[in-house]
Amino acid sequence: MASIVEMRDIVKRFEDVTANDHVNFELREGEIHALLGENGAGKTTLMRILYGLYRADSGEIRVAGDLASIHSPKDAIQRGIGMVTQHFALVPPLTVTENVVLGYTDGFVLQRAAMEERVGAAAKKFGMEIDPTAVVRHLSVGEKQRVEILKALYRDAKVLILDEPTAVLIPQEVDALFETLEKLKEGGLSVIFISHKLDEVMTISDRVTVLRDGSNIDTVLTSETTPPQLATMMVGRETFGVTRQKETEKGEAALTIRDLCADDDQGLPALKHVNLTIRCGEILGIAGVGGNGQKELAETLSGIRKPTSGEILVDDEDISGATPAECTRAGVGRIPEDRHAGVVGELTVAENLALEHLHEFIHRSTLDRQAIQENAERLIEAFQIKAKPTDKVRTLSGGNMQKVLLARVLAREPGILLAPQPTRGLDVGATEYVRTQLLKQRERGAGVLLISEDLDEILALSDRIAVIYEGVIVGELAAEEADLERLGLMMSGAVKERV
Amino acid sequence: MAKREAKYIVEKTQTPPVWARTAIPLLALIGTFIITSGLILWSNANPFEAYYYFLFAPFSSRVSTLEVLVKGTPLILCGIAVTFAFSAGYYNIGAEGQLYAGAIAAAWLGVALTGLPTILHLTIMLLGGFLFGVAWALIPALLKVKLAVDEVVTTLLLNSVMLYIVSALLNGPWRDPESGWPQSPEIAPSAMLPKLVPRSRLHFGFILAILFVLLLWFLRSRTGFGLKMRAVGMSKPAARFAGVNIERTVLISALVSGGIAGIAGVVEVAGIQFHLIDALSPGYGYTGIIIATLGGLHPIGVAVAALFFGLIDTGAQTVSRALGVPVYLGEITQATMLLVTLGMLLLQNYRIRRA
Repeated sequence: MASIVEMRDIVKRFEDVTANDHVNFELREGEIHALLGENGAGKTTLMRILYGLYRADSGEIRVAGDLASIHSPKDAIQRGIGMVTQHFALVPPLTVTENVVLGYTDGFVLQRAAMEERVGAAAKKFGMEIDPTAVVRHLSVGEKQRVEILKALYRDAKVLILDEPTAVLIPQEVDALFETLEKLKEGGLSVIFISHKLDEVMTISDRVTVLRDGSNIDTVLTSETTPPQLATMMVGRETFGVTRQKETEKGEAALTIRDLCADDDQGLPALKHVNLTIRCGEILGIAGVGGNGQKELAETLSGIRKPTSGEILVDDEDISGATPAECTRAGVGRIPEDRHAGVVGELTVAENLALEHLHEFIHRSTLDRQAIQENAERLIEAFQIKAKPTDKVRTLSGGNMQKVLLARVLAREPGILLAPQPTRGLDVGATEYVRTQLLKQRERGAGVLLISEDLDEILALSDRIAVIYEGVIVGELAAEEADLERLGLMMSGAVKERV
Repeated sequence: MAKREAKYIVEKTQTPPVWARTAIPLLALIGTFIITSGLILWSNANPFEAYYYFLFAPFSSRVSTLEVLVKGTPLILCGIAVTFAFSAGYYNIGAEGQLYAGAIAAAWLGVALTGLPTILHLTIMLLGGFLFGVAWALIPALLKVKLAVDEVVTTLLLNSVMLYIVSALLNGPWRDPESGWPQSPEIAPSAMLPKLVPRSRLHFGFILAILFVLLLWFLRSRTGFGLKMRAVGMSKPAARFAGVNIERTVLISALVSGGIAGIAGVVEVAGIQFHLIDALSPGYGYTGIIIATLGGLHPIGVAVAALFFGLIDTGAQTVSRALGVPVYLGEITQATMLLVTLGMLLLQNYRIRRA
């Protein structure tokens, strides 16, 4: 088969992050090619470059053999490339037909009936059930997605890019989408399917390209690979020096989670009857491929997201549905998954360090600025934060920002520490520092919940490891029994086990 | 892809130099002057002469110097009111309506209560104006906090509703029985704000405005509530994560904002007009938004911006009398000033360096 799209040596940097580091990608005619990788691996960036939403810093793109300079989606559409993003670009009050022909009409006067007929015919031709006269606002998410696909096909797309198309769908809609894609493939369409879900990739794709940390790891035939192999390719990273050394005394349960359920932002179930116990003096690692409910788990335990049912017990007290302030009071120390959303960048280091326990820094109803300053100086020293108390937090590096968040929480010696993705995006030095701090908390007798997509981190630090897959805890292992391959199998949903 | 070597590169910087920040007001003034000169020339006047009248002529006499402060008084109060809400990330566009709500309270209490000592009468009126402003701000604030209804739309639309209420009052029950004009009866002498300087229009409201500037400065930088308010305004997720009650913080800020705008209404009725009229405010509530933005949501900055606008307002009348150009030039200058300053605030985050 001839290749229809070729991307060579694509490099794209954002400020100091390299999102694509000399990435090569090839799409053949009439194949469904999965682009697999964790969140932040650079999949979407690569495709946004192909669709003209970003411009590569260097590298070349060939479409059907010809060198193509794609500066805007218009250029991409002209070359037969269509893209359906996670956030639909539809105008809700308009009809399906109006949305499909928008920006693609000829003539000054719109021939409504003729347009509807043409759109209806196109839908039928591509085997999609859509009423061309329906108002988009009234459609389900799956139907809206079909309109997006039809929009691309109506513009004569030969290549269709789907960015995490199943993220917003319920299982039945996923099946319908896959049927549509199979039919389109038979009709000669080439599809790029961005995903981080292994089972979907195994089901729908012909070939898989795996990206990790902005580089492409490999391209393989789906029929010749297995989910564990793909999982290893996705998450394998260099190992760091910090590991669990001495055994600690495991105490009683610090935090017990019973039957916890929660929905994601789209209102679809993200956590399904999660049961977990974290004991004092241990690190419980939650392993899993990104996007399987980790974010929702961390947010629910932090009081940011309301659970739909279940219990979160701290000292026999149920804190499910409590506010973040109540969680803090119950002794749950929390660092946020997205550290930029955890600090107020425009405020100073000292102010951020005081924010969580502000009532302690108020003296006769005004802020005790000296106490805030002293608190900051003490924590900056104790946690080796490279900043002055008066620096604005936004000027800090990622590692120092994370230290501010850690300092704020750990200075309180919480009984429980929630650490979702605590080293994501940090350099080696900062990563080692954070890991050492987590181990210190464990030795102090705190129960630590470590949620990480980095398997090496999980293996190096955890006493026990639970694996999450599609919102379900599919297995729990003692650290001694776990290895990369076994975890990989569980993370792909292929094996379930319980200790 | 073809490579083009650029000689200079424009790049974003997180740390603009200190001189850039301090030079902005001056550069903005120069930029505004250049842009508005064209319009002034078009009205057959000399731009330099016009700007002399805008910026310096008001200081040539005692009366017009004091007039700058008179004009600045409601502007300071509205600027502070808007700043209060904006600091918490609540975009209150309704200061204009809230000002009239306060003015209604003043016109009512100023007539209904008699025989009180001045200090007591005025205190009741100020309190009443504050509460009326709060009440008028309560509807959009609750809609925002409980139902996430966009406050920009609701506060803006309620301004028109308030203007109709005022109009209904003035053409109905409150129409002046003697003159028949659509204005409320004159308030009692004990309800009038005392003059600061005899034989001028400068009244005690100016002191009140300055007090509010200091109060806002104190609240913002010296209290726990102020820090929470700023944290909520700058990053809601981070504030929520740190355990700040976002809804409560936004609600309080929105209501206090409405209250302060209400005080502005009281001050205009009790210090200048002594009646409620439907032209009480030439858009002070809206200008307050510009002033709050120009002042960088900092109380001192807001006070300076408000007095500067008071200066241009005063100057615009002089310039129009002296050179025969439309009074609107003052408003155009203010608006240009805002756009130029905003542009400069944005540009200070970039620097040009040699490739």
